[in-house]
Amino acid sequence: MSQAQEHQPESMTALTIRLDDELFAVEAGRVREILDLVPVTEVPNAPDFVGGLINVRGRVVPLADLRVMFGMNRPEPDEDTRIVVMEVDMDGEPTIAGILADKVHDVTVIEAASIEEAPKVGMRWRPEFIKGIGKRNGGFIIIPNMERIFETPGARTAPVTASEERPAS
Amino acid sequence: MNISDPTETFRQEARELLEQLEAGLLDLEQDPSNGDLINSAFRALHTIKGSGAMFGFTAVAEFVHEFETAFDQVRKGQSHANAALIEVALDAKDHIHLLIETPEAQVDGGEAILANLRSVIAGGAPSKAVSAAKTPETAASTDPSPVPVVKSTWRLEFYLPSDALIYGTNPILLLEELAQIGPTSVTALTDRVPELKALDPEVPYIGWRVDIEAEDPTAAIDDVFLFLRDNMELSLTRLDTPPASQASAAPAQTTTAAPTEPEPVPAPKAAAPSASASSPSPKPKAPAGADSADRAGASSLRVPAERLDELMDRVGELVIAQARLSQIAGLSSDTALKTIAEELERLSSGLRDTTMGIRMVPIGTLFSRFRRLVHDLSGELGKPIEFITTGEETELDKTMIERLADPLVHLIRNAVDHGLESAEKRAAAGKPAKGVVRLSAVYSGAEVSISVTDDGAGLDTARIRAKAEENGLITPETKLTDQELHHLIFAPGFSTAKEVTSLSGRGVGMDVVKRTIDGLRGTIDVISRPGEGSTMTLRLPLTLAIIDGMLVRVGNGRYTIPLAAVEECVELPEGIEAHAKGRNFLDIRGALVPYLRLREVFGTTAEPEPHQKVVIVSSGEGRVGLVVDQIIGNNQTVIKQLSKLHSGIKSFSGATILGDGTVALILDTAHLVAAGQSYVDRNITGRAA
Repeated sequence: MSQAQEHQPESMTALTIRLDDELFAVEAGRVREILDLVPVTEVPNAPDFVGGLINVRGRVVPLADLRVMFGMNRPEPDEDTRIVVMEVDMDGEPTIAGILADKVHDVTVIEAASIEEAPKVGMRWRPEFIKGIGKRNGGFIIIPNMERIFETPGARTAPVTASEERPAS
Repeated sequence: MNISDPTETFRQEARELLEQLEAGLLDLEQDPSNGDLINSAFRALHTIKGSGAMFGFTAVAEFVHEFETAFDQVRKGQSHANAALIEVALDAKDHIHLLIETPEAQVDGGEAILANLRSVIAGGAPSKAVSAAKTPETAASTDPSPVPVVKSTWRLEFYLPSDALIYGTNPILLLEELAQIGPTSVTALTDRVPELKALDPEVPYIGWRVDIEAEDPTAAIDDVFLFLRDNMELSLTRLDTPPASQASAAPAQTTTAAPTEPEPVPAPKAAAPSASASSPSPKPKAPAGADSADRAGASSLRVPAERLDELMDRVGELVIAQARLSQIAGLSSDTALKTIAEELERLSSGLRDTTMGIRMVPIGTLFSRFRRLVHDLSGELGKPIEFITTGEETELDKTMIERLADPLVHLIRNAVDHGLESAEKRAAAGKPAKGVVRLSAVYSGAEVSISVTDDGAGLDTARIRAKAEENGLITPETKLTDQELHHLIFAPGFSTAKEVTSLSGRGVGMDVVKRTIDGLRGTIDVISRPGEGSTMTLRLPLTLAIIDGMLVRVGNGRYTIPLAAVEECVELPEGIEAHAKGRNFLDIRGALVPYLRLREVFGTTAEPEPHQKVVIVSSGEGRVGLVVDQIIGNNQTVIKQLSKLHSGIKSFSGATILGDGTVALILDTAHLVAAGQSYVDRNITGRAA
């Protein structure tokens, strides 16, 4: 199904966020809320991609850092840093996760005509993580493939794999 | 949807009643003369019949009616409950279940079951064969064709209890039921209807006079009013005098019938003025039971499970908010605030316990289902089995119990099918012919362990090995201990059954069991002794959504340890650092306890406290010391499951939200103990080498 979507992109209502110096678009309909940075509890031995937990109105929600998956710089949080709480499909199950954003821009409609398939070459990111690339105001907006990014094996084999149970090893 | 669909409500209720019926029948098999059991089975039938008719399940109502009529012979002591009767009654129960679940489907076989039932009952009491066979006919149809017995006209006058309509009694249905006893003529008695302004529309003022032509309608009338008899006015008189030749026979019949009633009780109180001493219908014992059923109905409530989950979430949030309040109050010097914070703490912990209690269900509800399973398997496989259950009162979270049903069915089937040997083999091995399957549940620390034990042949390690090699799970060179071999049965697609039976042997059993148990964050273990049998033990967390926890600090992170697992806290002796590389054991009153430095486990880089503490935790047999920087104190911990993103990290069993709103991880003590233990093993073997 996602395959079909990749070939026939539909126009999407998207929330645009900035990660490092790139603009990303996530499906606005799946966004629950946008929070200021809250205290993050570090999960020892967890992959960097999902290294923290946050409290969202009494729920414990994993905090994902997409910048890890795209191998980007990870600037320190500043006054623009936000957490986008949204629904993502993990192995087909809808799960609530927080996404760290360096800045949240706006909600916009990206026309189908302006969405292109990610080029297979000449890109510094893993192509399977990108659903398409939209154009707006002469700039590019990356539409990440959240399902692929949050696929369990992908999440677990994140770049940094801390070995668990150090004394036992 | 749960609320608005009455047929679904009926189905649910019927399912429970059928379960109750089945349990009653199985108990009856053990104790055939127990009147209470017979009555409770009878009541279950009667309720199913009544509500079945009410909700349009006519096929159900008709079948149950026949079943009930036949079973009534047993209730009256005219027939006896024996194994054959129980067998056919169980078939009948299954048939009812089928009728209820698939009302649109044409389910056959009902007539055959009834015929069986009647013949079994007739066999039990040959002298009553005629009446047993006849009663259904006369009851089922209003066919007035005379039966060659004495019929006379009986006058029944009754006034319903004033609250009858409120409880849903439909007088029309009662009259229709009466009409099934024999040809009736009905007159309404309006003498008690008050003036319009005094009239309460919810009170049935009208009484009825019903003239019935029947042989002796006493028992049938009792059945009609089974649930109303306590508070209603009812009188029954015989109008015509039968011919002299039969006059002597009829009273004789009533006198013989009377002693067979289980417990004749005095006639209903406040009988109508016309009540005559001639026929005080003996009050069956049922009303007493109906009473208790009514009471149970009033004191128990059916609530959709989602609402309980919602309640639990709310209470969880309340507990968190309360913890924050307590924290703020602790810093304040305002005594009024402190008082109210303490009050709230007490209240919320009470509320927490109550809410938890609602969700906890004794595991006995699950165990009783398996009795039927074993009963059927025993018959099917021709293996006599004694099924012993213990620890039914052990309580587990409801959702947990539901998810345990399938795995336990698998384990019990395996025990019966693979575990127990055939009767001949048992005899050859010098074992009693009757195999024993034991199902037990017991609390162990913060866990519940449930085990299925059989006294059969035990696991055949040679066959497991052969099968595993055949399936490519291991190579012939692989050296495995017996314990490791036993664990191979949990591998996917593994089955040693030589041939596929309907019960087991498709190789989809044990790995599914293991997966389910893993999903519940439990473990499964197998112990087997050749010739003595095997035991499968499931260890499950109570998954109380809220537990008492001990909050500790490691580096900058705070973690919660389930208090139930904590044995004691000690200081990490100074100078032990010097040997840190060599031996990580503490001497706790002479016993060597391994310890794990959580700072190392978690890769903490923050500055360590000069005086580190050790929290000794236990799980099952093992103990381990967890070295932490600081012990902060106890707190109520609302367990939140970690998402799939973090489920791979075994050190943590969940997370919780602390008083200040931050998240703290809950340590998985069982896993840490195992890690510590394996460390010990390696250390000892390492030193020995």
